[in-house]
Amino acid sequence: MRKIGRRRFLAGSVAALGASALPARALADSVQLPFANGERPLLAFPQKRPLLVLSPRPPQLETPFAVFDQGVYTPNDAFFVRWHLSNIPQHVDASAHRIAVTGEVNTPLSLSLADLAALPQVEITAVNQCSGNGRGLSAPRVAGGQWDNGAMGNALWTGVRLRDVLDRAGLKATAKQVQFDGLEGPVLPTTPDFRKSLDVDKARGDDILIAYAMNGVPLPLLNGFPVRLIVPGWYSTYWVKMLSAITVLDHVDDNFWMKTAYRIPDTPDNSVMPGATGFPTVPINRMRVRSFATNVVDGAKIDVKLQELRGIAFDGGSGIKRVEVSLDGGTTWRDAALGPDVGKYSFRRWSASLQTRAGQTYTIAVRATANDGATQPATQGWNPSGYLRNVVEMYKVAVG
Amino acid sequence: MKRVAIAVAAVLLLGAGVAAAATVAPPKGPVSISLPGDAGMAFKPGPGVGAAQASCLTCHSSAYVSTQPVLSRAQWTAEVVKMRTAYGAPITDAQVPPIVDYLTAQYGKP
Ligand code: HEC
Repeated sequence: MRKIGRRRFLAGSVAALGASALPARALADSVQLPFANGERPLLAFPQKRPLLVLSPRPPQLETPFAVFDQGVYTPNDAFFVRWHLSNIPQHVDASAHRIAVTGEVNTPLSLSLADLAALPQVEITAVNQCSGNGRGLSAPRVAGGQWDNGAMGNALWTGVRLRDVLDRAGLKATAKQVQFDGLEGPVLPTTPDFRKSLDVDKARGDDILIAYAMNGVPLPLLNGFPVRLIVPGWYSTYWVKMLSAITVLDHVDDNFWMKTAYRIPDTPDNSVMPGATGFPTVPINRMRVRSFATNVVDGAKIDVKLQELRGIAFDGGSGIKRVEVSLDGGTTWRDAALGPDVGKYSFRRWSASLQTRAGQTYTIAVRATANDGATQPATQGWNPSGYLRNVVEMYKVAVG
Repeated sequence: MKRVAIAVAAVLLLGAGVAAAATVAPPKGPVSISLPGDAGMAFKPGPGVGAAQASCLTCHSSAYVSTQPVLSRAQWTAEVVKMRTAYGAPITDAQVPPIVDYLTAQYGKP
């Protein structure tokens, strides 16, 4: 099941959903991800090509992994989608949109996009990755959005510095955190609205943007049109979409999405024994270093003529120093060649020559080391929410 | 069509390692989409499915349930409790057991 699903997936062809007498055209396409209950319909949502549907309402759409083999930038129409609350505006007028800046500021503001255009324009290439990317592979498994590894993407983001906006409003000495809210809202008023916060020093960093363009064009509505927050190096939970309110707080944010959700164990490697309780936690933050091969699929056959292995690597913003590959499951390693450096927050492409013998099987492994010295573990630590996945990826392949 | 052409040009430039042109104006005007809704999804049939339909489809699709790993009764109970306490789902004490029975039978293990 798993092998077939993954092979079909890479080949770009698809499995039919269910066996029935319906005419072929009525059958939805689907993909089998490599875990139980991993069947996902492939459907094109507005402004999107067919993506793996984890949920239609609110939309949770995963990027087919083969897309990551096609270039260092993830096309907007293939970029993953993740919303928390189902009350999402389906009509947004960029000309009427305002961002309210209030709270511990000297001058409250209501900024239009034209107001943003008056500030210095900044662009930055950065990976946007869901905190729960790869959660479906957690062992033991945990409840939550069951993603494979396609809840990530890399884009060129264009906008203005959050700091320039905060400086226009003028922070009071009492300012402690900056809270972000977007147009997404709950269906029932009893559900906490989705809001996220950053410490003032983090919020005033050089690289935190309010972005109005993604890969040179307006954001797709499902990725946050007309403006979203960009927090390079940090998981996407902070990248608030359809940004509409910035509230400067004089306290540490105690709303549900900061205080209770999106927390990681405050232990040396942020992991705990499965089933543990009563440990301290902190809000999730910087991304772990990861790497993937993009032209082989676990459990699939490869052609003996395949002479190049390639893929991507990224971390939380120190940049990639080294990528190594192994053909024997991590016993021996050799260096891969790194592709062009398009920024320390970006995917970094890598490639390595490959020589295999027909009839043999290999366990390909990939391991990245970041400029800050961090590398990927051979075994994945566990946490109750399935966050921070960054184990060395393995691909068992048979040479045909 | 024009937008697509610009996007392709930008990506080509970047792919060649050339920095993109400096200015991209913020968007103007409206964008409208139409989301497909739950697109033919439904809970599995079985005793108690009515209770689950009545209580569990207000805020999200049934895919939130059907894509979970096989959860134990204790885990499904914890999910239903979380929906009430964390997300304010209007579910009475009396409604909890039939919903947990249904979820455990159809999407769980005893
Ligand atoms: C008042 C709104 C509401 C109702 C009613 C509701 N849920 Fe949820 N549910 C949520 C929200 C909000 C989330 C988290 C959304 C996210 O992060 O994507 C969620 C998430 C989930 C998840 C994913 C796992 C998790 O813990 O985040 C499951 C499973 C789930 N709900 C099951 C149920 C079941 C079963 C019912 C009926 C008993 C139910 N829900 C009713 C709001 C609701």
